[in-house]
Amino acid sequence: MAIAINGTDYPLPDDPRVSLLDLLREQAGLTGTKLGCNQGACGACTVIIDGQRVLSCLTLAVQADGRSVTTIEGLGNESTLHPLQQAFITHDGLQCGYCTPGQICSAIAMMDELRRGDPSYVTSDLAAGPDARMREEIRERMSGNLCRCGAHNGIVEAIETQLVGGAA
Amino acid sequence: MTPFQYQRASDAAEALTLVDAGRCRFIGGGTNLVDLMRQNIEAPAALVDVSRMPASIEEEGNGGLVIGAAVRNSTLAAHPVVRARYPMLSRALLAGASAQIRNMATVGGNLLQRTRCSYFYDAAGSNCNKRQPGTGCDALEGFSRNHAILGASEHCIATHPSDMSVALAALDATVHLSGADGTRHIPLVDFHQLPGATPDVETVLRPGELITAISIAPNAAAAHSRYRKVRDRSSYAFALCSVAAGLDVVDGRIRDVRIAFGGVAAKPWRAYRAEESLRGMAPTRDNFLRAADAELAAAKPTEANAFKVELARRTMAAVLGELAGADA
Repeated sequence: MAIAINGTDYPLPDDPRVSLLDLLREQAGLTGTKLGCNQGACGACTVIIDGQRVLSCLTLAVQADGRSVTTIEGLGNESTLHPLQQAFITHDGLQCGYCTPGQICSAIAMMDELRRGDPSYVTSDLAAGPDARMREEIRERMSGNLCRCGAHNGIVEAIETQLVGGAA
Repeated sequence: MTPFQYQRASDAAEALTLVDAGRCRFIGGGTNLVDLMRQNIEAPAALVDVSRMPASIEEEGNGGLVIGAAVRNSTLAAHPVVRARYPMLSRALLAGASAQIRNMATVGGNLLQRTRCSYFYDAAGSNCNKRQPGTGCDALEGFSRNHAILGASEHCIATHPSDMSVALAALDATVHLSGADGTRHIPLVDFHQLPGATPDVETVLRPGELITAISIAPNAAAAHSRYRKVRDRSSYAFALCSVAAGLDVVDGRIRDVRIAFGGVAAKPWRAYRAEESLRGMAPTRDNFLRAADAELAAAKPTEANAFKVELARRTMAAVLGELAGADA
């Protein structure tokens, strides 16, 4: 009866109403994951569970029992940034930064989906997999993460460099 | 959120022993139900978590699929057989919500999504016969741009929000149910109900009954199929109108055609009249438009959503035109 968060076990809450997002921020003290709309519309709360990007605001913490959760704190820190974090800085993929942890968690899992060959709504040939029109693919696949500062162009560029460079 | 008990079932049999029909809801990915509970639109006393039931996609000898109810939307969309033999289903799934939500949402839960009518959601300030029977429908005289043009009633004009269900309606999918009285199989086109005088009754599910699987069978129209969703932004929005269609043309004549609309009714709208008028005909744009007119003759839009009739007509003709290729 525990959730592994960035490699450390945390007990499940007694009250099943606690969302995974609230557990992360208020019980585990991991405030990198952000509360945006709290209704599944903005993507600010995106975390990775067992390799899949999900919304922690709509996940009941009890439903993550036995799962392995990765948050922004598990990807990099101030002295050792994840390469995608550095790419966001280099390409101005943020202004206020509030959506950034969700953007980065989302993008890291999204790059795995691309490498697996999973199609998206803009993929022309479903059987063949993702298009070479990589910007369109990235935009469609990142549509669940809103940025109200309008840094989407920088975000797409940052992700593109990671795909081209082969790093993640 | 109203307090509730939480239990998890490892399979359908356990789920049925845990469920207490009057006070309990099953929860899959929770992408809709958790939100509805947070808004106090739903307040079950207990949840039985069925998201960890076996999530298998079984291939049958004839190319058919039996899809476990706990299969995630993203898993189904990426499945090689779905991509090759049921492309409209893969594309409909990929048109829905966002990648994060598709990773969470289950197939069973997707069928049971509730309308995104803003009056249904506004528990504090709006009347809604679906949320609270007998209180009236504020959408009738309100903002109804997103609402139904087919099969609505004077009690409710809400639409069903699922994309996946639209493709499943066109594919003649079967819903597998299990309950205290045993198992039964319902055609997907009969699973969701039109509002009539009881818009709070949305499906034929009995209290405590569980969706265990959905099955689909192959045919030539399913293999040559598409899904197009028209919406206010190009991604991550609900449909103003969507079309799932499959087309089988032999010797310049339509041998088989399957068409369903989304975003226009309280259920995925199978366009039987349009299909009937197209069988045996040449796959031309004129014939597609005439078939759309035959289907949409029954449309009763509001002032605000009258544009949907023409939008549905043109979207249907465009999708069939793409499938027909140079013939149309």
